[in-house]
Amino acid sequence: MKRMFFGYSVVVLLIILAIHGSVANDKVMSNEVAIDNFSFRPDKLTVPVGATVTWINRDDVPHTVVSTDKKTIVSPALNTDEKFSYTFTTAGTNDYFCSVHPHMKGTIIVQ
Amino acid sequence: MLWTFCGGVLKSYGMDKVISGQVTPVKGELSFVQISDSPIGISKEANKDVVGTLQIAIDRINGLAPPPAFLLHTGDLSHLSKAAEFDTLDQVLKSCRAKDVHYVPGEHDVLNDNGKQYLERYGKQARGDGWYGFDYKGLHFVGLVNVLNPKAGGLGALDHEQLEWLEDDVKRLGSDIPMVVFAHIPLWAVYPDWGWGTDDSAQALSYLKRFGSVTVLNSHIDQTMQKVEGNITFHTAMSTAFPQPAPGAAASPGPMKVSAEKLRSVLGITDVNYVQGRSALAIVDSPLGS
Repeated sequence: MKRMFFGYSVVVLLIILAIHGSVANDKVMSNEVAIDNFSFRPDKLTVPVGATVTWINRDDVPHTVVSTDKKTIVSPALNTDEKFSYTFTTAGTNDYFCSVHPHMKGTIIVQ
Repeated sequence: MLWTFCGGVLKSYGMDKVISGQVTPVKGELSFVQISDSPIGISKEANKDVVGTLQIAIDRINGLAPPPAFLLHTGDLSHLSKAAEFDTLDQVLKSCRAKDVHYVPGEHDVLNDNGKQYLERYGKQARGDGWYGFDYKGLHFVGLVNVLNPKAGGLGALDHEQLEWLEDDVKRLGSDIPMVVFAHIPLWAVYPDWGWGTDDSAQALSYLKRFGSVTVLNSHIDQTMQKVEGNITFHTAMSTAFPQPAPGAAASPGPMKVSAEKLRSVLGITDVNYVQGRSALAIVDSPLGS
């Protein structure tokens, strides 16, 4: 019985470690921008060269992610909970906006 | 909203009171109805039955006597510019006795294809991205498109080509011709922080200043609002689907969830809505026309 209890404890401990590990890992790797309440959050994000940034639409209305030049980044219209990812391969400042609601602006700084 | 035109003056009526007989519209030379923001395809907490509420609006319109000459749909026909959404809208509108519908697109109607499908379906006779003008019983109507060619950080935009067309279109008209201009996003700065305005609307309005009576009908913000500027009267319409918060009254714009009972009132079906609309729109009774 004692042995069994010990066994459970190890399993529970391992699970806790696994969960904790994955959360910690996400924090390092997460390059996510939420589209929430008609704004990009965060509206300014700094990432290393080669990073992939993912936008997720949390609003009830569609939004897009389009670079200011309207060429570099052009996402399709994202419905609620839909995601769009883009990998930044060169250093620089990337200003973008939502072409459906052009007053919504954001910046990805790649360095 | 029911619009009648009498002696150069447009007057609006909440349809519920008209149908219930509490108000009798002035018999004018023309009456037409503006509907807007039906976004067929959306199914969120704010309204899970946008087809149903549009159908109620159409039923109300069908109850009007005399029947309106035509409908104006001022945009956001669909939620995601999908063919099936446009199909459903067309199907519901078939049940309307007024067969003539004039459209302008909302930003939800031009997603992913810059309005190509919208133009093929609703803008065959239109110019450019879907703008056009037409004469009806002595009035001149202009439908404008301000949901394309967005600029980062900007508001709605008409752009050079459309402005040139507008200047040319109204040039031939005498200043005594009453003008009705309709577009999706307000052509006046309702609340730029939420994108509720059009960057180059001032130039468009400068071509209309010489006219004695100009009525500008917009939507997009899903609530009634009115402003008078010289001879130009601006109105915004309610949605057939859901309300949005008053400017600045919430963290952001967007579909607002209200109780099922309240929803009807903000879609123009109960008395409350009419009272608000009436007091807000009463000023149009006496424009200072030249």
